[in-house]
Amino acid sequence: MFNIQYSLFNIRYLLFQVRNIFLFIRRFSVFILFLILQIVSLYFLFTYNRSHRAKGLGFAGGITSYFNSKYNLLENFLTMQEENRRVHKLNDSLMNLLNTNFVIVDSGATMALDTLNKDTSGHMRRFVWRSAQVLYSTASSDKNYLQLNRGSSTGIGDDMGVFSSNGGLVGKVINTGENFSEVISLLNVVNKMSVQLKRTGSAGMLSWEGKSPQELTLKNIPKTDSVKRGDTIVTGNYSLSYPPGRLVGTVSKVLRDKASNFFILKIKPTANLTNLQQVFIVENVNQQVQKELDKQTQDMVEKKEALNE
Amino acid sequence: MSDLVRNIIRFFLIVFLQVYVLNVMPHLHQLITPYIYFLFILWLPFYIKKGWVLILGFLLGMSIDYYTMTPGLHAAASVLVAFLRPIVINLFAPKDATELSYKEPSPKAMGWTAYLLYALILSFCHNAYLLLLEWISFGSFIHFLMKIIITTAISMLMIVIAELIFPRKLKFRSNTA
Repeated sequence: MFNIQYSLFNIRYLLFQVRNIFLFIRRFSVFILFLILQIVSLYFLFTYNRSHRAKGLGFAGGITSYFNSKYNLLENFLTMQEENRRVHKLNDSLMNLLNTNFVIVDSGATMALDTLNKDTSGHMRRFVWRSAQVLYSTASSDKNYLQLNRGSSTGIGDDMGVFSSNGGLVGKVINTGENFSEVISLLNVVNKMSVQLKRTGSAGMLSWEGKSPQELTLKNIPKTDSVKRGDTIVTGNYSLSYPPGRLVGTVSKVLRDKASNFFILKIKPTANLTNLQQVFIVENVNQQVQKELDKQTQDMVEKKEALNE
Repeated sequence: MSDLVRNIIRFFLIVFLQVYVLNVMPHLHQLITPYIYFLFILWLPFYIKKGWVLILGFLLGMSIDYYTMTPGLHAAASVLVAFLRPIVINLFAPKDATELSYKEPSPKAMGWTAYLLYALILSFCHNAYLLLLEWISFGSFIHFLMKIIITTAISMLMIVIAELIFPRKLKFRSNTA
């Protein structure tokens, strides 16, 4: 008897408590909603991988891409002339390389490179160039990205290099949707990449400090090198994304870091990064194979080390 | 035009203004990043429920975020603005009849001084929180402080210009007037 009463009392007490909780939630509902939304946004912000976004160009990306392509139509109309001039210039330089400009003195067969993976003379294709249009790009932020009008359906994949219409390096594809892709620009403070000084061949680290779009920073060039204003900076030999020896920029300022044995060089990028219209996307055909080989080697070494211990 | 339609149109216009004009503007100076999109929250009607302001703030922030590839950054800041808005309005809005005869916070409804203080406090909170979140991932402290001041000044400048260009005469229809 006593037991039943006790348990009844317990249930009523519990109900009272539950009611209190509901009252509490109703009283502070706005604040709780505020906290939930804050936590959701901060969760998005801090779980978002800075250079490689796992997902995102889904539904919402489709909508933004739609508006971006509409906006691009208008922008093209206004800025096409400048872009035309640049493309024409590049075309001009390629025209001069055509075989028909040269007289073949040798009586042997002429060599032709075509788009096949392998040709009869044993040349293997390493890089494929594709053109694309820039739909949207920011320049006023610390972290700038571009959106291009090609995606995985037309052969674009992650980690491909992007070059401007005058041949200068722009950035790297970090995320691909079906018809659109996102590129991390050189003007992004989280972007770091290895480049080299053309004259001496020494490699350094290129980054952006977020100050002027005309000024990138190159570190780790040793003071034993002779560096002058106007020296050319090209893409490094060891990248899986970019063909080696492509233009990146020219040295605009040489600073000596007193604390170390390295220069701090200010680089003026060759590509006009704040006004991009047409770009080239470069695919390294062997990237997958190279990456796998690299991974296998690492695994092998790790295994050996484990055995030795 | 009903308030709902008016605010939906305003939402899209202000997102496009921020994304296609202010974000793609040529780089002026490293400290200058113009933000005005939170004006949408500042201009919401007085009578709207607090919970809805928060949800609208979150949607507004996320739609900016999808363009700048920073999911959650602007959303966090505009949710903060949406949360503080009713508190600041309670501080500054006159308690008498004006609040009943005007729909939205505007210089006419609150008086220029009160309205500017309202806008200043909210844009300062927005910029300080947004830049704090940015600063955590990159940058120096002095740079961060300078940027808050300059960005807030530019936001305020643009808000004043917006008020002068679009004077909103939104009164409730009432039989007293």
